[in-house]
Amino acid sequence: MIYRHGESVLVQGITGKQGSFWAQKMMGCGTNVVAGVNPKRAGDTHLGVPIFRSAVEAARETPIDVSVIFIPPSMARDAVIDAIDASVRTIVVLTEHIPSRDVIDIHARARGSGSRIVGPNTAGIVTPGEGFVGIMPGHNTHIFKPGHVGVISRSGSLGTLICLNLTRADLGQSAFIGIGGDPMIGTTTRDALEALDRDERTRAVALVGEIGGTMEEDAAEYARQMKKPIAAFIAGRSSPPDKKMGHAGAIVTGGRGGYASKRDALEKNGVRVVDTPQEMARVLAEARADQAVQV
Amino acid sequence: MNLEEHAAKDKILKPAGVPIPRGRVCTTPQEAAAAVGDIGPSVVKAQVPTGKRGKAGGIKMADQPSEGEAAAREILGMSIGGNRVERVLVEERAAIEREFYAAVLLDLSSLSPLILFSTEGGMDIEEIAEQRPEAIRRHVVDVREGFGDADAAAMLAGLDLGSAAGPVAAILVKLYRVFRESDAELVEINPLALLRGGLVVALDCKFVLDDAAGERQPALAEAASPAKLTRLEEHGAKHGLKFIQLDGNVGVLANGAGLTMTTMDVIDHFGGRPANFLEIGGEAYTKAEVALDLVLSNPGIKSLVVNFCGAFARTDVMADGVVRAWEKLKPNIPAFFSIHGTGEEEAVKLVRDRLGIEPYDLMEDAVKAAVEAAR
Repeated sequence: MIYRHGESVLVQGITGKQGSFWAQKMMGCGTNVVAGVNPKRAGDTHLGVPIFRSAVEAARETPIDVSVIFIPPSMARDAVIDAIDASVRTIVVLTEHIPSRDVIDIHARARGSGSRIVGPNTAGIVTPGEGFVGIMPGHNTHIFKPGHVGVISRSGSLGTLICLNLTRADLGQSAFIGIGGDPMIGTTTRDALEALDRDERTRAVALVGEIGGTMEEDAAEYARQMKKPIAAFIAGRSSPPDKKMGHAGAIVTGGRGGYASKRDALEKNGVRVVDTPQEMARVLAEARADQAVQV
Repeated sequence: MNLEEHAAKDKILKPAGVPIPRGRVCTTPQEAAAAVGDIGPSVVKAQVPTGKRGKAGGIKMADQPSEGEAAAREILGMSIGGNRVERVLVEERAAIEREFYAAVLLDLSSLSPLILFSTEGGMDIEEIAEQRPEAIRRHVVDVREGFGDADAAAMLAGLDLGSAAGPVAAILVKLYRVFRESDAELVEINPLALLRGGLVVALDCKFVLDDAAGERQPALAEAASPAKLTRLEEHGAKHGLKFIQLDGNVGVLANGAGLTMTTMDVIDHFGGRPANFLEIGGEAYTKAEVALDLVLSNPGIKSLVVNFCGAFARTDVMADGVVRAWEKLKPNIPAFFSIHGTGEEEAVKLVRDRLGIEPYDLMEDAVKAAVEAAR
């Protein structure tokens, strides 16, 4: 889930307005876009890369490391399953509002397949200086710069704001992992935290969460054993809780999922929880000074 | 989207083959009296898309038509959880032997449907879940395998269900099937009652339709209760904007739910109170003009924070909408901007040149100034 320079990227939906716009941005940022998918334009060339009928056909012609999905909600399920069938290692699903039944189908197919799903409803992944996949301003050097802070965010816009604050404080980023704003996502906060823990370039982590679900609580359990400093910001402290799932929701989450539960779980496990995005940068800068490590 | 009890029973349980009591929806006390006359001893239940109806006095017994009339007169017009009661369900009163709990829902951790069952159904299920979680059986479904009779039997094994075991297992299988077919987020029966005589019947039903599936479930979307919205919220919904009116005095306009919540949190952090939640992220970023109109229509607003951090959402497009709305509405309140990301140079220039406002570099500073101005 960390993009590395040279990894080949397939863009499913490359001929659409957004697919075209963002494929060009990715290419301009150094991302190795090698092919696109549009069943109606198979055989054509678009933005200098060949168009295939499906991800499976594309993978037969050229190795694919990462696929990114620019496909509307009603057709997203089939597009992702096509990428899984093509044995693509990382599938970045940008689409928002995919029906939950389809999302469950996607995850069921991905399980045990060797494909990792990032998203749905993610803004993508960025490795400053190497490239990005998705709809992030990865090309904007005021926001992203190479460095050693790994950033995890459910939200694209809030993640962007955090990176901007880090860059302002002269803290570059080793990777930005947008995990997605949907309730059922393939790569969790904990998955991303483990990846950043293993990543050699990452020396500290900025964890950006939101109220709802229990991903931050689950990640907190892993955080305890980490040596790299972690600062977290949880959005939604002043928002009313969502009661939609009634009894059944309460039975499953057992009171977890709210702001207090997340903050408590993170702090108990040694994570510094901050109140504003600006404070995130300040805390990580302090950690750098304290530990005398080059973050 | 939630279905009221009568709609959930009629549109979900009945077609799925889950037994429900005889009942009739009534909108006047006279209709309720007639229904009790036809059905016999009944329960008169408020129809609102929320729980805790019993505790709110929205459920009453009626043996005679006159009692049905009196009960309906009392319940109709009542407010339960902020919902005005416009309908009651008059339903045959069952001789309950035992009350169970059954539900199928989306499980966010296993990313699969989760089936729940307990022999201790009824009003206190949440307490039971907290105090004795072992009293609730859980089965995570692998959708590639499905959930059949053998799975249901295995799930219920060892529970003291007696002759109800067969009917309960059959109901769980049906419940799972209808959960999948109807794009549910939740279908819950509480209580699922064993009646004297051995019949197992759903006495109540809660159904939540996946908001993203409305288009392919038009009949269910139509049957769902409209969300409770203020006039302004409704206006926003018409334009595809999620707008929630709050009682604060600092208006918020930001893109993306995460950034919007954060802007509200930072307002709160510096001692202010947000006047609304409104996000124009995703596809909605082109609707900044309508959005600003909404935010400014809120009578409590004393200042405004505009916080854009654009990735997919182009800040130049959003700023253009804001500037046009501002020039049209000429609001008499101060506005504080922070703009970054895709298209920011153009966006900052627009705000500076057309509105004469200099955006702040960091959103904290914009928020601080807005909170100060609202005092």
